[in-house]
Amino acid sequence: MDSSEIIVTVAGLVLAAFVIWYFFFSTRQTASAVSSSGGVQEVDITVKGGYSPDVIEVERGKPVQLHFYRDEENSCSEELLMPDFSIRRDLPAFQTTLVELLPQEAGRFDFTCGMGMLRGTLVVK
Amino acid sequence: MSPTSENTETATLDIEGMTCASCAAAVEKSLSRAPGVQSALVNFATEKATVQYLPGQASPSTLKEAVVNAGYGVVERALDTSAADRQAEIDRQKALAYAKLKRRFWVAVGLAAVIMPLSMLMLWPAAMQRVNTQWLNYGLLLLTLPVLLYSGREFYSSAWNGFRHRSANMDTLIAVGTGAAFLYSVAATVAPGFFMRHGLIPEVYYDTTATIIALILLGKLLELRAKTQTSAAIRGLMGLQAKTARVVRPGGQEMDVPIEQVQLGDVVLVRPGEKVATDGVITEGQSAVDEAMLTGESLPVAKKAGDAVFGATLNKTGAFRFRVTKVGADTMLAQIVKLVEDAQGSRAPIQRLADKVSAIFVPTVVVIAILTFVLWFDLAPVATRLPLALTNFVAVLIIACPCALGLATPTAIMVSTGKGAEYGVLIRNAEALEKAHQVNTVLLDKTGTITRGEPTVTDFLTAPGQDAASLLQLVAALERQSEHPLAEAVVRYADAQAAPALPATDFRAIEGKGAAATVNGQAVLIGNQRLLQDENVALPADLLQQSEQLLNQAKTVLYVAVAGQAVAVIGVADVVRETSKAAIQQLQALGIEVVMMTGDNAQTAAKVAAQVGITRYFAEVLPSGKAAKVKELQAEDRTVAMVGDGINDAPALAQADIGLAMGGGTDVAMEAAGITLMRSDLQGVVTAIALSRQTIRTIKQNLFFAFVYNTLGIPIAAGLLYPFFGWLLSPMLAAGAMALSSLSVLTNSLRLKGFAPVSKG
Ligand SMILES: [Cu+2]
Repeated sequence: MDSSEIIVTVAGLVLAAFVIWYFFFSTRQTASAVSSSGGVQEVDITVKGGYSPDVIEVERGKPVQLHFYRDEENSCSEELLMPDFSIRRDLPAFQTTLVELLPQEAGRFDFTCGMGMLRGTLVVK
Repeated sequence: MSPTSENTETATLDIEGMTCASCAAAVEKSLSRAPGVQSALVNFATEKATVQYLPGQASPSTLKEAVVNAGYGVVERALDTSAADRQAEIDRQKALAYAKLKRRFWVAVGLAAVIMPLSMLMLWPAAMQRVNTQWLNYGLLLLTLPVLLYSGREFYSSAWNGFRHRSANMDTLIAVGTGAAFLYSVAATVAPGFFMRHGLIPEVYYDTTATIIALILLGKLLELRAKTQTSAAIRGLMGLQAKTARVVRPGGQEMDVPIEQVQLGDVVLVRPGEKVATDGVITEGQSAVDEAMLTGESLPVAKKAGDAVFGATLNKTGAFRFRVTKVGADTMLAQIVKLVEDAQGSRAPIQRLADKVSAIFVPTVVVIAILTFVLWFDLAPVATRLPLALTNFVAVLIIACPCALGLATPTAIMVSTGKGAEYGVLIRNAEALEKAHQVNTVLLDKTGTITRGEPTVTDFLTAPGQDAASLLQLVAALERQSEHPLAEAVVRYADAQAAPALPATDFRAIEGKGAAATVNGQAVLIGNQRLLQDENVALPADLLQQSEQLLNQAKTVLYVAVAGQAVAVIGVADVVRETSKAAIQQLQALGIEVVMMTGDNAQTAAKVAAQVGITRYFAEVLPSGKAAKVKELQAEDRTVAMVGDGINDAPALAQADIGLAMGGGTDVAMEAAGITLMRSDLQGVVTAIALSRQTIRTIKQNLFFAFVYNTLGIPIAAGLLYPFFGWLLSPMLAAGAMALSSLSVLTNSLRLKGFAPVSKG
C-alpha cells in the first residue's frame, strides 16, 4: 500500500462514517405547534429540499393546521403525502398550502414527498 | 388504526360577522350545542370554525344553521369549485414546469451533441496531433458549464437544500455523481501537470457529465408526462361539474347563474341534452338521465317528479325542473371526488418495505459509492486506478434509482382508484384494495343485493270474467293515493303496463289492513285477507286457490274487491335482479366461493340460492346475527368480503375483511364499507375484486422490478463483474438505465388504465 492508497482509504472511511452519522444519527429540528386563541394548532413548515421543521409535535384531539410553504420548484417536493390521514396534496411552488387534520390517537406519523425521500414526522402527544 | 376517527367528520366553515373574541365564543357555543356535533372550535383570527361531527346527525348545512342561529353568517366556499380552481392552478404550474424542463433538456442535448464528438477526437491519434489538448479541454469545459449551470442546476440546488435538512434524494445522487466527474475534469484541465507528475493521464469526463444530465432530464420529462396521466381520472371527475345552472326565479323568469351562486331550495330547469347542475329532487317533468359518470350504469335511468337527480349527470330526452337539495361539497360528485382523492393519498400495507428502504436508500448508496471508490483505488493498477475508481463511483451513484421504488405503489393505486370510480366502484383506501385481492369468499346479504330489495308485483290474477286491464286501472287509481311500499309496487306495475290514470275519491287508509276509495263511481277495496273478512267480502274458490299458491311461493298477497265482490289477487315479492346470476357465476369463475345469507325461511332461501347458482346459504339470520355469520366464515380460515346494502349491515360490513356497500346511487359516504358500489347490482362486486387483483399484481411487478433493478444495478455498476468477465458499466449507460427504470414502473402502472371488468352487466 502506497501512501496515496492509505490516504484515500482513510479519507473514504471517514467520509462514509460521516454520511451515516449525518443522515441517520444526528439530531433533528423539532417544533411544537402553536395553539391559537381558537384552540387550533398551527405550524408553519417550509419545504425546500426537506421539511423544516421536520419533526412536529401536536396535541391529540385538537384540530391541526399545517401551513406548507414550498420554497422551490424542484419536482421532488411537489407532492405531500400523509398516508395515515389519507392526505395527498399537490404543493404549488412559492405558495402556502393549508393542510388540516384532526389527530385522535397518539403516535408518530410520517409525512413524505411523493416518492418517499423527503421525510418528516408528526408526533401526536 | 387510522388516527382520525372512523365515525366523525371534520368540517371547516368560514364565519363572517364576528367582531370580537366573545362573538367567536358565541358561535362556538351554538355549534357545540347543535345535534351530532362532538366538538367545535372557532378561531377569531382566521374567522374559521373547525367542527367535528357525526355525519348521520349533522351535515354542513345543519352546522350552517347553527351559526346563523347565533347571529352570524357562513361564507359559502363552494368547495368543489375551489378544488377545481386549485387543480387548474396546479395544472398551470405543472405545464410551466414541463415547458421549462423541456427547454433545459434540449439545451443539454444540443450541447452534449457537440461535446461528444469533440471528446471522441482524443481517441483518434491523427486528429490529436493537430489539436492542442489543453485548448480542446478548455473548449469542452466552456460547453459543459451551461449544461451544469442551466440544465442541471436544479439537481445541485435540490441536493444542497436536502443536505442542509439532513435528507437525501435522487438529486443528491445525480449531483454528487456528475459533480465529481466534472470537478475531476476541471482539475485535469487546469492543472494537467499535477496529474502527469503522479503518472496519470489528465483525462476529462465532460462528455459523461453532459450526457448523464441530458439522459436524466429525458427520463424526468417522460416521467412527468406519464405522471399527469395517473391523476387524469380525478381531473376528469372534477371537469364533470356544470359551470352554470338555469334557475327559475319565483317570479317565473329563467336565468343562467354561475354554479357557485345556486342556493339550496332554488328551482333549476334542465332541458334535453343538458347537464344537471347539482343534486336535487324533480318537481315537475320527466326524463331519462344518463348517470354513467357517477354510477357506471350505462343505461339511462328514468326519472319523474319526486325522484332524485345528481349534478354532472346528463339529461337525455325530456325537460324537467328540480329543487336543489345539495350544493358544493355536499353533492354526490364532490363526495366521489373527495373519496377518490382520499384513497389516492392512502398507503397500502404492501408498500411498507419499499417505504423503509427508500428512507435509507440514498445515504446507503452514497456509502456504497465511496467504498467502491476506495476499493478500486486500492486494488486497480496504479496507472488506471484513479479514473477507474472515479467512473465506478459515478456509475454507482447514477444507476441507483430510488424513484422506481417510490413510484411503484402510489402510481398503481392512483390509476386504479380512478379507474374504479369510472365503473362506479369507490375504493376507500389502498388498504381496502389490498384486502379485496385476498378475498376467497363473498358473503351476500340476499335482500337488496341479489334481489332488488323492494317489493315488485309478480302476479296479477283476476277472477273469471273480469277484464284485467280495466281492473288494473281501478287498483292503480286507489294505490296512487297510498304511501304504503306495497302500493308503490302496484303503481310501478301499472305504470309499466301503461295503464291510464283515473281519478280516485274518498280515499281512506285502513290501518294494518289496506285502503279503500271510490273510482269511476265504484267502491274499490285493496288489502289483506282480514280486510275482506271485516268488509264481509267472500273469496271465490278459484281466487282462494290462487292466493294459496302465491303464499306457498313465499309471496305477499293483496286482495282486490270492487263493489263488494272479490275480483283479483296480486302477488308481491322481492325479485332477483337480472344481473345477479351472471355476476355470481363470474365470481365463482374467479375462484371465489359465494355464500348467501337471509332473514327468510330455509325454503325461500333455498329457492333463491338455486335460482342464482349458490350452494351454500344461511337462512333465518336475524339482523343482529349477520356479523356472527361473517365471523363463522372467518373461523373457517376464509378471507371474507361482505356485500350488503349498507342500511342494517354496518356491523357485518365492518366485521368482514372487506365490506362492500351497495349505495344504489344515494349515499356515497358509507363509513363501514371499504368499497362502495354506486350501481345497484352485483356486477360491481366482480369489478371491485378483479380490479383489486390486477392492481396488486401490478404493484408486485413494480416492486419486484424496482428491487431487482437496484440490487443488480448497483453491484454491476460498482464493478463486481469485472474480476469475472471484465465488465464495467459506463456512467452514461447507467444514466440511461436509471431514466428507463422509473419510466418502466410508471408505464406498467398506466397499463391499469386498460382494465375492463369481466363483462359489462
Ligand atoms: Cu431515479
